[in-house]
Order: sequence, then C-alpha cells, then structure tokens
Amino acid sequence: MHQSTDTAIGLNLLHANQAGADHNRAHFDEWGITCLNVMSSPGAGKTALLEKTLAALSPTLRIAVIEGDMTTELDADRLRQYGVPVIAINTGRSCHLDSRMVAGGIHTLAHEHNPAELDLVVVENVGNLVCPAEFEVGEHAKVALLSVTEGEDKPLKYPVMFREADVLLITKIDLAPYLDVNLAHIEANARQVNPHVTIIPVSAKTGEGLDVWYQWVTSTVRQPLPIAAVH
Amino acid sequence: MTKALILTVRGWWESQPEQPPVAKVFLTVGQFTCVEPAGLQFAFEVQTQGTFLDGAELVIQETPLIAFCHPCQAEYRPEIGLRYGCPTCQGPMEDIRSGRELKIERVEYANTPASVP
Repeated sequence: MHQSTDTAIGLNLLHANQAGADHNRAHFDEWGITCLNVMSSPGAGKTALLEKTLAALSPTLRIAVIEGDMTTELDADRLRQYGVPVIAINTGRSCHLDSRMVAGGIHTLAHEHNPAELDLVVVENVGNLVCPAEFEVGEHAKVALLSVTEGEDKPLKYPVMFREADVLLITKIDLAPYLDVNLAHIEANARQVNPHVTIIPVSAKTGEGLDVWYQWVTSTVRQPLPIAAVH
Repeated sequence: MTKALILTVRGWWESQPEQPPVAKVFLTVGQFTCVEPAGLQFAFEVQTQGTFLDGAELVIQETPLIAFCHPCQAEYRPEIGLRYGCPTCQGPMEDIRSGRELKIERVEYANTPASVP
C-alpha cells in the first residue's frame, strides 16, 4: 500500500544556522561584546582595513578577531602583529562562515582568553559576495566592503549582500582617479537596493575616511544592544 | 546552502515522534536570495546520498521579487541585476513584499515500510 502523508514544517531553510547564530549572539550579549561580521569579495581589503582598525582602536577598545580563511593562516598572522587575540577558523572549501564554525571560534576564544574583558569581536568572513549574506553568525551588525576596482555595478549584481549590510565601506578610493569609476554611481547603486545603508568611502593606504569608520565602530560598540538581539 | 537545508530538515525530522522515510521536501525560494534552484536541486541529490533523505525529491517553488513603493502606494517588479528602484518615481527599493523567502513548507512521507539498507 502506498499512502503518502503530508506534514507541514514551515521552517526557514536556514533555521538550524539561525538558531546557532542566536546562540552565539546570546554569548556575546552575556559578555557585553559587540560583534561585527565583515564581508566582501576576495581582495576588497578586509584584512588591510582590520590592520588599520586594530592599530587605531585597540588601545581604547578591547578587540578580538575571528578569522575565516579558506586554507591558510596568512590573514590571521597579519593581524596577530597587533597584539590582539586572533582565532583562525580554517573553513576548508566552504565559501562562507556559518554559525557553527563561529561557535567553534567563540569556544576557543573563551578558552584562551577572558571574553568578559572584550568590547568587540570582528568576524572576518570568507571572501565572497554571495553566500555570506544569507548566513548569520551571531553578529550585531553586518559590514560590507566594495573596492573601487570591482566596478560600479556590483551592488546591482550581488544585491542581497548590499541589501543586508548595515554599513558599506567603499575601499581603495586612492585608486579611483586611475579607473573609470564614479563613487557617486557606486553609492547610488547601493542605495537602490538599500536606501538606509551607511556608506563610508575609505582608503586603508592613505588613511582617507578611516576616522569616519573608526567613529562608526566606536559608536556601534558603545551603543546599548537592541532588545531584539537579547535572548 | 544545501548543507543548511539538510541540517534543518534533519533537526526537524529527528524531533518528530516517528521517523518515516521522506519522499518529498517542498521549498519556497524567493528570487531575491542567494539560492539558485537548479544548483540546489543538484547539490541536494548528491549530498543526501546515503543519508535519511536519500532518494527524496526536492520540489522548489520560486516566488518573484516584488517591492512596494510608498510614495506611489504601489507594488512593482524590480529588474534583478539592472534596476531595483520604482519605475514610476525612481525611488529606491524600500520594502520587499516577496522574493526573500527561503522556506521549507512541508514534507511528504512515503508511508511504506522503511527499506533503508
């Protein structure tokens, strides 16, 4: 006898990941930590931005980094020079971090350091403009980077990433004069998909715009956490 | 994404009082997500081999991207990859009414005795 039965589930496809992300965020909240999820395509300048940020802010903010790198510890080694805890998560061939991988990073962090003494955890995601946009890891805010060398049309081609971002850093602006790129067009394209995103043009090389970014980070860390984030 | 889907279905399935074999999994996937239905279908078939979902069919219903323009008080269909703003007033894409769905709607059990090797 072949009798089929239907059963409603009504769960988000990412339910398992979301539950893990909420759990991670609850840990951060308990420790009074703000968590930023930093995402971009490969080579947009995430690590360079973090190097500058650690140098500028680690004297006043207690920062740790959870570093997602596909196979190496190259990025983590660059960041360790700044004397902050850097937990490297080797993501293997995975094209994004998920909440389970970051949970592993959090456990290592809690084991090797005192998390209650931290203000900020920066998660550097795997370079990819597609999948990381859908996988929350427990962050309080999403930071997207887009370098001027990638072209003005990227917010239109990878809209979910730019829709989800709380802040968009347009990086490598020192190169803009040498390219056929118009910052106003990048901003306009980003605002088409996300009218309320905070946009900060920066150059990690010349330092232009970085003070605005540091101010954003500092004010985000100092802000009381939204009720919705507390579980 | 396929792994995330399988994890969620497994979590749900294992929490059920009984675990009969699953014949079909029905999804709703919006156009404004990072999921490509054909790719998901293929990866699901491969990644479920030898698991409790081996042989289960993935049925995907796509939903279009529909935005709502407040100044015009009207819905519109953004042109994905080209233009997301309102075609009438050029305002940005403020509210998304449809297209962000990533939902496991239901499963269909094969209500026959399990013959899992």
